[in-house]
Amino acid sequence: MLHIVACIKQVPDTKIIKMNPKTNTMDRRTAPAILNPYDAHAVEEAVRLKNRYGGIVSVVTMGPPPAVTAIKKCIEIGADEGYLITDRRFAGADTLATSYAVTKAIEKIAKTNPVDLIICGKMSIDGDTGQVGPGIARRLDIPPLTSVNKVEEINQEEGYAIVHRKFEEGYEVVKSTLPCLFSVEKTINEVPYSPFPNMIKAARYKPHIWSVDDLEGVDIKQLGLKGSPTIVSKVWAPQKPAGGTFLDGSPAAQVEQLLSVLLEKKELFETKEGV
Amino acid sequence: MDFKDYKGVWVFIEQKDGVVASVSLELLGAGRKLADKRGVELAGILIGENVKDLTKTVFEYGADTVYVYDQPIFKHYRTETYMKALLECADKYKPEIILYGATSTGKDLASAVATDLPTGLTADTTELDVEEETGLLLASRPAFGGNIMATILCKKYRPQMATVRAKVMKALDPESGRTGKVVEETIPLNEEDIRTKVLEIVKETVKKVRIDEADIIVAGGKGLGSFEGFQIIHQLAETLGGAVGASRDVVEAGWIDHPHQVGQTGVTVTPKIYFAIGISGAIQHIVGMKNSGLIIAINKDKEAPIFQNCHYGIVGDAFEIVPILIEQFKKALSREKVSQTREA
Repeated sequence: MLHIVACIKQVPDTKIIKMNPKTNTMDRRTAPAILNPYDAHAVEEAVRLKNRYGGIVSVVTMGPPPAVTAIKKCIEIGADEGYLITDRRFAGADTLATSYAVTKAIEKIAKTNPVDLIICGKMSIDGDTGQVGPGIARRLDIPPLTSVNKVEEINQEEGYAIVHRKFEEGYEVVKSTLPCLFSVEKTINEVPYSPFPNMIKAARYKPHIWSVDDLEGVDIKQLGLKGSPTIVSKVWAPQKPAGGTFLDGSPAAQVEQLLSVLLEKKELFETKEGV
Repeated sequence: MDFKDYKGVWVFIEQKDGVVASVSLELLGAGRKLADKRGVELAGILIGENVKDLTKTVFEYGADTVYVYDQPIFKHYRTETYMKALLECADKYKPEIILYGATSTGKDLASAVATDLPTGLTADTTELDVEEETGLLLASRPAFGGNIMATILCKKYRPQMATVRAKVMKALDPESGRTGKVVEETIPLNEEDIRTKVLEIVKETVKKVRIDEADIIVAGGKGLGSFEGFQIIHQLAETLGGAVGASRDVVEAGWIDHPHQVGQTGVTVTPKIYFAIGISGAIQHIVGMKNSGLIIAINKDKEAPIFQNCHYGIVGDAFEIVPILIEQFKKALSREKVSQTREA
């Protein structure tokens, strides 16, 4: 029985979100909160491995109370249990403080059911760093395997995993001892529509909700803003360049002006033609 | 922690098959500026097997010192082994700043090292500066999904660390014969103690899409409406002999694969001509293409931010403009050919 923990995050849909031009902050009301798309692939991979080898999938997240919705989404995908750690003392955490808090939650989960494998998405779409996964692995002192785009084998009895790690020119096949942590690429799988019974289960599901006080051996100084070495000193819209020259006239006239600009660089096109 | 003990700017030198990664050379250029402003040394940290000869390149591109770990155990990059070498070296020589390329290896290594030190790490930086007096690193990057820029500081910990996007910083012109101090280090590591093994390295033989090498890129965005609508991007690219680029939305909608994505979480490109068609111009896209030679934007919305970041803008319907452009361009090109033939 494998016990796989998937780490997830609820994020504002940054594709839709509008910025407040005065304060340079996100206007969260303008965007729905969703399960981080990369994490959906992490949960899906955990569920596939569960179906292949047998076991259970737990998901864990840190966030405000509405993050329960993101956990329910994971139950729809096929996760068995969900854990939300939520507390004002977690607020303002950067990647280092986040990996610390999530690690404490995983340690608590592992006390009742030891963890064989942790799976994270490549990164979150609001933070875009990809640093929390490897951070958790280091804190638990297990090997971090980033850029995973295929799981070849998990062998619980002999205690190893074999995966493909993608890099710029191809991939490498890596064998690691278990437990270990994967951060997975989006290309690792496709997340299908959830089966109906899972949706019913998700609707009724109540995740475990823990505050800082429910966790064990927590050093409060390492949490939230206080435990974060990085701070955002200023947020700014990049200096606007002079801007372009608008071409005018009818579409045909505009294209004509554009052509004369392009043909100043005709050497580019000629070499291409010759190839 | 006494900040006075921490001196110098380091660049992690990424190498593969006996070649230094170009992003590392770019970072030596950027690191040189920081080190000069601060009046300190610029060092490279080079880890691998049979890599000693590469120190020459690292000096030519601006380093004063190179710390080298050259041992068989470092043949392939592995988080555990490389991290141990870097942690030991940083503990011994205490740099003020460490920069890494934001490649899969650089990000993997930096994330692990930051957790163990511990210190702050800024991801995917696109602008770097340092405060002359305090040595505080100002690392700026698109934030909140790339809608805005943020400057990230790490005030209470040393060393300060950042991963930096490829193709954003400029490498110096190499100075032939420029040399410096080589510091050879070794670390006792036993293969039996290492929990990961690289079994095989597979280079993909299929020709990969490398839009970062193209002279002309025609990129399309969500404004094209659909997968079918996006096909005019392919048509224009083919006519011009260029590569196809795309915005993040388009890739997420599945109209084209990720290797075509331009921007913060895609590829940074610097072609001679860049077309942005139906792309609104979110900051996360702009940082990936703003250094292109000539940027032409076509968009229905006159207020679209892309027009602030282009050389020539056309406000109009791409489905009207692009077909005329394709037709006129083909004509113009054939005229050129005819006149060339005559001259010849």
